[in-house]
Amino acid sequence: MYTTEFEKTAKIKNLEDPKLLEAFEERVAADEFIEPKDWMPEAYRRTLTRQISQHAHSEIVGMLPEGNWITRAPSLRRKAILLAKVQDEAGHGLYLYCAAETLGTSREEMIEALHSGKAKYSTIFNYPTPTWADIGAIGWLVDGAAIMNQVPLQRTSYGPYARAMVRVCKEESFHQRQGYEIMIVLANGTAEQRRMAQDALNRWWWPSLMMFGPPDAESPNTAQSMRWRIKRETNDELRQKFVDITAPQADYLGLKVPDRELKWNEEKGGYDFGEIEWEEFYAVVRGEGPMAKERMKARRDAWEDGAWVREAAAAHEAKRRQRKAA
Amino acid sequence: MNDWPLWEVFVRSKGGLSHRHAGSVHAPDAELALAHARDTYTRRMEGVSLWVVPSKEIVASDPDQAGELFEPAESKIYRHPTFYDIPDEVKHI
Repeated sequence: MYTTEFEKTAKIKNLEDPKLLEAFEERVAADEFIEPKDWMPEAYRRTLTRQISQHAHSEIVGMLPEGNWITRAPSLRRKAILLAKVQDEAGHGLYLYCAAETLGTSREEMIEALHSGKAKYSTIFNYPTPTWADIGAIGWLVDGAAIMNQVPLQRTSYGPYARAMVRVCKEESFHQRQGYEIMIVLANGTAEQRRMAQDALNRWWWPSLMMFGPPDAESPNTAQSMRWRIKRETNDELRQKFVDITAPQADYLGLKVPDRELKWNEEKGGYDFGEIEWEEFYAVVRGEGPMAKERMKARRDAWEDGAWVREAAAAHEAKRRQRKAA
Repeated sequence: MNDWPLWEVFVRSKGGLSHRHAGSVHAPDAELALAHARDTYTRRMEGVSLWVVPSKEIVASDPDQAGELFEPAESKIYRHPTFYDIPDEVKHI
């Protein structure tokens, strides 16, 4: 991906130039990709910076709920898998930070915005992971919902974002499959293991549906984002798709989706499902999730505890540079 | 502390193919840039060789000039083999 450094030499143009805007809209409508040095409307740049950096933050914070199970994984096989998955999440965060940086915001600014609480990340990571079944449910449902969201983003209009998504999607399928495999083992295990699996599904189902964002009618940015091909499908369309493919997977496990209104609708060729409690969603967005404070503390601690490594690496580089010069 | 410099990462996926741009990493020096590039872009045997280049050393053409820059090639269609009419009975050409 290109760099913030490139931006410094970019010419300053009249951002409101209607001719430029028209040409831009035409390119996007023709499914062309926009690249970092191309002219783009300020609102497009702002929207993308916000969306990509939130996406990056989510990957980074997403390591925390699962990371705390690495040392407690039930077998060496599971431990190696979980370690690889959490490492992937870090990688995904890095691809996305790189993509966001091409829009002119530095990595440092983004990390600071996360740590100060100014930047948002996916609300899903503010729920706790008290049992091993949560690791299964996260892979199956949370990563499943993430895939549903990310697949169309491979064709998003901003080139660096689309390319990062191609890479992420390639790696994400393993995350979902390892989670579902955990659920299969638990669902076919002892009565206690089955209870644990059902309990995890009960707690993660609704938050997973909320991952697609507010209903289309209450999502003010959707229309503009669709027009600019930042988003390719609406929140409600993606949510419906997710329910349609996930409900039969729960059936296979012999687990019950915690929604009495969930029912196959032959006519529409999809499932009907119950109303989402949006008040809970907005409360979590406002930072009232059960784990919000702990997540941010863990992030800040990791950043501060790692400071000596960054300083040592910088000192090492400076010393070698001096030696070379001498 | 300010961000470490940015490096562009190029990966050769297998012998016989060119290195291809994969993404970028921040690192204080070339050695760590290579280490970060390996961890970030080759976790699944995606490559057999890595290049890292300081991003600021890359000189790029200006997309606003793309029209003028690439137009001369567009008008010289005689550079393509299909421009020439050769009778069907002539073989191997």
